[in-house]
Amino acid sequence: MRLLVTMLLASTATPAFAQDHSGHAMAGGQTPAQTECEEEAARHRAMGHAVPEGSCAPAAQPAGPAAGGHADAHSGVDHSQMDHSQMDNGEMQGMDHSTMDHSAMDHSKMDHSKMEGMDHSTMGHENTQLPEQPPIGHGAMGHGAMDMTPIPDGPPPASAGSGPPRAADAIWGADAMRASRNALRTENGGMNVFWFQGDRAEYRAREGGDGYLWDVQGYYGGDTDKFWFKSEGEGVFGEQVESAEIQGLWSHAIGPWWDLQAGVRQDLTGPERTHAVIGVQGLAPYTFEVDAAAFLSNKGDITASIEAELDQRITQRLLLQPRAEVSLSAQDIPELGIGAGLDSVELGLRLRYEIAREFAPYIGVEQEWKVGQSADYAHLAGEDPSMTNYVLGVRFWF
Amino acid sequence: MSELLVSRRRLLGSGALGAGALALPAWARGADLHGGGSIRPGFDEVAGRDIALTIGEGPRVVQGRRGHAIAVNGSVPGPLVRLQEGQPVRLAVTNTLDEDSSIHWHGLLLPFQFDGVPGVSFPGIKPGETFVYDIPALRQGGTYWWHSHSGLQEQAGHYGPIVVEPAGTDPVQADRDYVLLLSEFTPLHPHTIMDKLKKGEGYFNYQQNTWADDYPLSGEDRRMWARMRMMATDILDVTGSTYTYLANGRGPEEGLEFLFNPGERVRLRIINGSAMTFFNIRIPGVKFWVVGADGQNVRPVEIEEFQIGTAETYDIVVEPTGEARTIVAESMDRSGMAVATLASRPGVRATVPPLRDPPLLTMADMGMNHVPGGMDHGGDMEGMDHSAMGHDMSSQGAAAEPMAGMDMSGMNMRDTSKLPPDVKVGPGIDMVSMNPVDRMGDPGLGLDKVPHKVLTYKDLVALAPNDDLRRPSRQMEIHLTGNMERYMWSFDGKKFTAVSDDPIRFAYNERVRVKLVNDTMMAHPIHLHGHFFELVNGAPADRQPQKHTVIVQPGGSATFDLTADEEGDWAFHCHLLYHMHSGMFQIVTVAPRGNQPDVKRVGED
Repeated sequence: MRLLVTMLLASTATPAFAQDHSGHAMAGGQTPAQTECEEEAARHRAMGHAVPEGSCAPAAQPAGPAAGGHADAHSGVDHSQMDHSQMDNGEMQGMDHSTMDHSAMDHSKMDHSKMEGMDHSTMGHENTQLPEQPPIGHGAMGHGAMDMTPIPDGPPPASAGSGPPRAADAIWGADAMRASRNALRTENGGMNVFWFQGDRAEYRAREGGDGYLWDVQGYYGGDTDKFWFKSEGEGVFGEQVESAEIQGLWSHAIGPWWDLQAGVRQDLTGPERTHAVIGVQGLAPYTFEVDAAAFLSNKGDITASIEAELDQRITQRLLLQPRAEVSLSAQDIPELGIGAGLDSVELGLRLRYEIAREFAPYIGVEQEWKVGQSADYAHLAGEDPSMTNYVLGVRFWF
Repeated sequence: MSELLVSRRRLLGSGALGAGALALPAWARGADLHGGGSIRPGFDEVAGRDIALTIGEGPRVVQGRRGHAIAVNGSVPGPLVRLQEGQPVRLAVTNTLDEDSSIHWHGLLLPFQFDGVPGVSFPGIKPGETFVYDIPALRQGGTYWWHSHSGLQEQAGHYGPIVVEPAGTDPVQADRDYVLLLSEFTPLHPHTIMDKLKKGEGYFNYQQNTWADDYPLSGEDRRMWARMRMMATDILDVTGSTYTYLANGRGPEEGLEFLFNPGERVRLRIINGSAMTFFNIRIPGVKFWVVGADGQNVRPVEIEEFQIGTAETYDIVVEPTGEARTIVAESMDRSGMAVATLASRPGVRATVPPLRDPPLLTMADMGMNHVPGGMDHGGDMEGMDHSAMGHDMSSQGAAAEPMAGMDMSGMNMRDTSKLPPDVKVGPGIDMVSMNPVDRMGDPGLGLDKVPHKVLTYKDLVALAPNDDLRRPSRQMEIHLTGNMERYMWSFDGKKFTAVSDDPIRFAYNERVRVKLVNDTMMAHPIHLHGHFFELVNGAPADRQPQKHTVIVQPGGSATFDLTADEEGDWAFHCHLLYHMHSGMFQIVTVAPRGNQPDVKRVGED
């Protein structure tokens, strides 16, 4: 039952790969299997290292057979006092130092000039565990003629074969494999997702009649291409819907954070209007959620809108969301009350609480301004071009 | 005896066992705590030349939370499969689900057609069918595990441990020998989790930075993270907000205990059978030895804590002192823990420490590893490739500080010109590591500053010599790529859907150095089926540790040498279940051996 002890002692001496060859006296008293120590010593002598006789003094605690069979040959040899500085390395061609850790070695006196064939490619020169240690002075190392040839990059040799992976067909038959192979492809990256979000579904308290607003969107599709739909509308309770629209868009990922969207918008109120839509939607730096689109109507009118929202997390569930929306127009559209240039601006601030990530009631305030010619149109229609809404709503998705 | 896997040495040699067995709690004798037809926690043991396993499903309750589970032989985890090195085994697996299923034998060397990956190695097991895995004489001993490779069944409970008894004397001798399999329970359906991950950025993260948090982040740091559209708190995708972390199928309040007598040496075979969780494992107040990694013996390393990636296994040996000791398996983001007790008598408990503060991602995790100035390489060392020399300063204080005083404004976090030409640049890549240094000396997220010794891959040294000491004839680089916002994950920017007919190819018996470069801010446990590869971790060439799964730290790289000597098609993937399911999966094809002669290797007679 004490075999493990022996093994542990034998092995917890500085592991060979971390050994420091800067001084050669083999410290006695370590406890490897003795014969292995002697073999190791013999190997070092063969390399021209001086190994004093008696370095393999009998272990204080004899190793059992089980441990002895597995203990590493280097395990009991402390190389920490080895001194290579006087060695002539001139004939050490072909030595593989590939896994030696030279982190504490002093190379400054070594002549490496003839060590051809050395593979330093994976030498652990790191100072990871020794933050106070000065960087290794490679400048003084005579690496002159060392062969540092890296392992070549390259494609597999011709004997690696070609074509799709079909090894299982030979065992189970191509027909038997087909269904699972198709399923695997779909499952590992080919899934489609349906998402529906009510970004704003709210009651709006304001002068001249409380109203309501909806702003919903969703998609169905894969990571790159999706069918995206959006709908927005508002009105005053007891009256006809003031404005309402619906969009159907093809959405294509054009970067890690941005989708290009193109499609059709149908206005559901007011004069009959259908628009072609092109826009981008995504996440801007500082995590602004941005939705910008331009519209060309079937009457030839060009308009645009830009929305941005920013979620500011106050606690894990309480969020403050500033929001801005700007509408633009390329021309006056009197029947819609839209003037050329800047048409309207909305600024909102909503405070929401995520009862669940998917369900977050909110309160907030939103200020709308009609601007320029649009403001004049509003005046003519007997409306106030500036309107303050106190809102109560819920943001949800599934 | 289902739970307390006392070794036969112990059975033969000890009289204390009887008392222990009598004290077994009800669940350990196979009784059903939850009544009528629900699934048992914990596992029985199956052994022998012919083993029968049945995949079923049912309701499951963990600490009062109810969910649906898939269970094998009626328990979660499923039974411990105990095998013998040098002996063949026939495993007859019956699927009683109404969908296809499978079992993959994680870590076992076997003919590829019995590896258990539907669509790669075999057609899968249809509902109502029995499939026989006819596995020839096993070529290894050690600790492994099995799990479903169909859909997301693994998350629902379809997994269990494997112990292969070595043919010769086990170099690890212990008085007690236990399996500790870590996993997660969630009341959510796995497809619901996948869905939420796709739609809701940070959905499961309730440790995000807020106006009210006390993270050590300056205003400048916070703006920098916001500018990058990333979160410093993005440590694990799925967290304790839905998971109850399980030790052998039991929640932390359900009292899993491993009995010992004072002075005894206890071997724990720790398996991370979770779907999405890295665990930090420690036994407060106790040092222990790591003696095995991924089933392979390593030279014992004395440590106080280690991080285990999903699908890895570690064998540790501990000599517990006192009445009881708590084994803490804290999720890497510290949103929860699995707990077990080393108990000198039934029911005795030690203090369970509170969760530590959640960690933050650092500069190094973004792939920004600044080698301090002052390295004078002289004029004649031009052309030296230091990138492979492991001049890794990443663990040094300055680099590990979260953003300390760095002006990041000019930095391009997505310089795609740094990518090799075979990486497909597109929406699926939201970051490119600027300076991906080897991070195999890294203890793992959040463990770089703990005041005790934590295991790193550089501590692992194989106990027995490896058999193939050839210098690799070529090297290749595989980039781990992703987009957090869209929840896309891939190798080389290409989801499996794009490369399902274009596998990674190796010639038979080819020796290749594979460098995995992580261009994401998440740690990925990358698993190659049917092989062991050797970590190029600075250990002597003949003692590079053999593993089947390697963690590639965020923004860094990990390198292994592979001898591709198992012919056939093999899955190669990130073992975070939802990353794999999002596309981080590939097939490795090893050409048939044909009439090539058997290769004589170092150490062979």
